[in-house]
Amino acid sequence: MRYVSILWVAYRALGQNKLRSFLTVLGIIIGVAAVIAMLAVGQGARDAVQAQIASLGTNVLIIFPGAANQGGVRMEAGTAQRLTEDDARAIRRYCPAVQYVTPVVRTGAQVVAGTQNWRTVVYGAYPEYFIIRDWSLERGRLFTETDLRGATKVCLIGRTIATQLFGDADPVGQTIRIRNIPFKVLGVLAPKGQNAFGQDQDDIIVAPFSTVQKRLMGVTHANTILVSARSVSEIREAEAQITQLLRDRHRLMPNEENDFTIRTQVDIARAADATSRTMAMLLASIAGISLLVGGIGVMNIMLVSVTERTREIGIRMAVGAREVDIMAQFLIEAVVLSVSGGLIGIVLGIFASRTLTRLQGWPVSLPPEAIALAFLFAVAVGVFFGWYPARKAARLNPIEALRYE
Amino acid sequence: MVEAPLISIRKLIKVYRFGEVEVPALQGVDLDIYRGEFVAIMGPSGSGKSTLMNLIGCMDVPTSGEYELDGINVRRLSKNELARIRNKKIGFVFQAFNLLARATVLENVELPLIYADGISGRERRARALRALELVGLADRVHFYPTQLSGGQQQRVAIARAIVNDPVLILADEPTGNLDTRTSAEIMGVFQQLNERGITIVLVTHEPDIAQFAMRIVEMRDGQIHRIRPVENRRRAEVGSWNGVPGTRSRIPAEGPPDRLRTVGPALP
Ligand SMILES: Nc1ncnc2c1ncn2[C@@H]1O[C@H](COP(=O)(O)OP(=O)(O)OP(=O)(O)O)[C@@H](O)[C@H]1O
Ligand SMILES: [Mg+2]
Repeated sequence: MRYVSILWVAYRALGQNKLRSFLTVLGIIIGVAAVIAMLAVGQGARDAVQAQIASLGTNVLIIFPGAANQGGVRMEAGTAQRLTEDDARAIRRYCPAVQYVTPVVRTGAQVVAGTQNWRTVVYGAYPEYFIIRDWSLERGRLFTETDLRGATKVCLIGRTIATQLFGDADPVGQTIRIRNIPFKVLGVLAPKGQNAFGQDQDDIIVAPFSTVQKRLMGVTHANTILVSARSVSEIREAEAQITQLLRDRHRLMPNEENDFTIRTQVDIARAADATSRTMAMLLASIAGISLLVGGIGVMNIMLVSVTERTREIGIRMAVGAREVDIMAQFLIEAVVLSVSGGLIGIVLGIFASRTLTRLQGWPVSLPPEAIALAFLFAVAVGVFFGWYPARKAARLNPIEALRYE
Repeated sequence: MVEAPLISIRKLIKVYRFGEVEVPALQGVDLDIYRGEFVAIMGPSGSGKSTLMNLIGCMDVPTSGEYELDGINVRRLSKNELARIRNKKIGFVFQAFNLLARATVLENVELPLIYADGISGRERRARALRALELVGLADRVHFYPTQLSGGQQQRVAIARAIVNDPVLILADEPTGNLDTRTSAEIMGVFQQLNERGITIVLVTHEPDIAQFAMRIVEMRDGQIHRIRPVENRRRAEVGSWNGVPGTRSRIPAEGPPDRLRTVGPALP
């Protein structure tokens, strides 16, 4: 009963100082909106990574040169054993758990077609590359074993390259110059879009392994070897077989570390997931700090309000308000401030996350728990930062409060 | 059988302390005030009148001594219980009116009822309106205090003081900010309330105002100097304000004459 009245008193007090109340609430609004938007962006990124994991195919293994390092891959040292095409062939031949294998070389290159000019990455691989990566053609045809043996100057281009160099025209059969060497375009790869890290996967050229290795790069090693296991359940077996084979081939002593690293797609996806999780946490905590600042704003205004209304507090005490009544009045005021800020902030946050998706193309997803969490946090901020001013008000001496000018 | 006093004060001492300095505001006050009395407290500035009022009003606690209000030993009460007594038994009227500037007349008068348990909004309003009628301000309920004259503001304060049916009204220089004519009107209101059975204790510097009371308590240096009955008591002209005459029957039959008996130092 009396608390309904006290709620009304708090509401009236805030209404009498509209601009100030609004400015105070603004801090909470921005804080909550930021928390919501950041949680949405973070969750969206994680969802995208999860989707990526699902689409990658989980039976793929990648072999890098160099020993595994905590969290990453050590770059090839000068003396380190490099991976070779023969390693790839041996894996295909001696590892029964492995189904497809391709060595991969990779180099950045300038590409020209007519007057158009584009910088991209050129991959050299076997045709199996497309099976392992589950990548189909939009048009044209793949290169073949024959192209591989002859190191012919043919290539497949990604959707982005096709658009950049040829616009709407059909690139198949056209010639492009990669590092000034003419290559015939055999086909265009089906668009894959961005990966979990926001890189454009269609900004790519794939040519026969031998062509890129010898004609473009002039090297004898492979950068990586891409492998697919016969099934997901054989992935660990494949890993073990490859490890044994490569150790033998590289003549490693039992006490020596591997001079290569095998990563499964799942490992990579997990790392990406962890990264995006860290990112999400970072975003949310920055947003949380802004909510905290908003809370300090509430406390500041409540303290001013208590001082300004000292006489009012004295009057209320004289007519019989108990400490709890005064405490409740100011606490409710703080909570009303932060709750209304929270509600507006939620609406604004949802709107902001939608806008981010539309303008930036960021994947965004807003779990309901995030909204509940942001709201509860706002209420908690109100109670936490309202507590001290409210207690200060409640502890006033009625006589001194009445005498206050 | 002798009626028990409403207010019974014995050897009341109040010492204010700030740091090393001690200010003895009350130095052993004995005083009995009976139900239905109208007492004026007078004395020079700094003699402890307001201090005594604050103690009687349960706004503060004494340094030592005994104080019983309506049979309750106030010394033993917690802060919450003191607040409850202020709410239920006492109405305050201040020199500075002390109304909430941002609340309407009606809301100001309803204020004590907000802090009383179990009173519905409807009842609160009804009782506030009745109190405002009693002080002759029924036509100003939706005004704000700043839209009223000083005398009207003081009437609002009186309505607030009586809205929860107190047994006691404490008024510390209620006419201090008012002109002579308005002061007389306000005193008329107090007399009417007193005739309805509410005990009134009032602090004033003006002998004219004190003449409205039944007894005058004179204080000096934190002690009661003397207590004397009022001869030729002043009566406010009825009709100078449009109060509604007696509808409530809290008034007991005229008390025994010895209830005006005084306790305190003998006359010099
Ligand atoms: N809160 C306080 N702290 C310290 N000293 C106080 C306090 N309140 C009152 N006093 C002192 O107590 C003494 C009595 O003060 P009190 O206010 O009761 O006087 P008064 O009779 O009401 O005077 P006045 O007629 O001017 O209102 C004074 O010396 C005053 O300085
Ligand atoms: Mg005084």
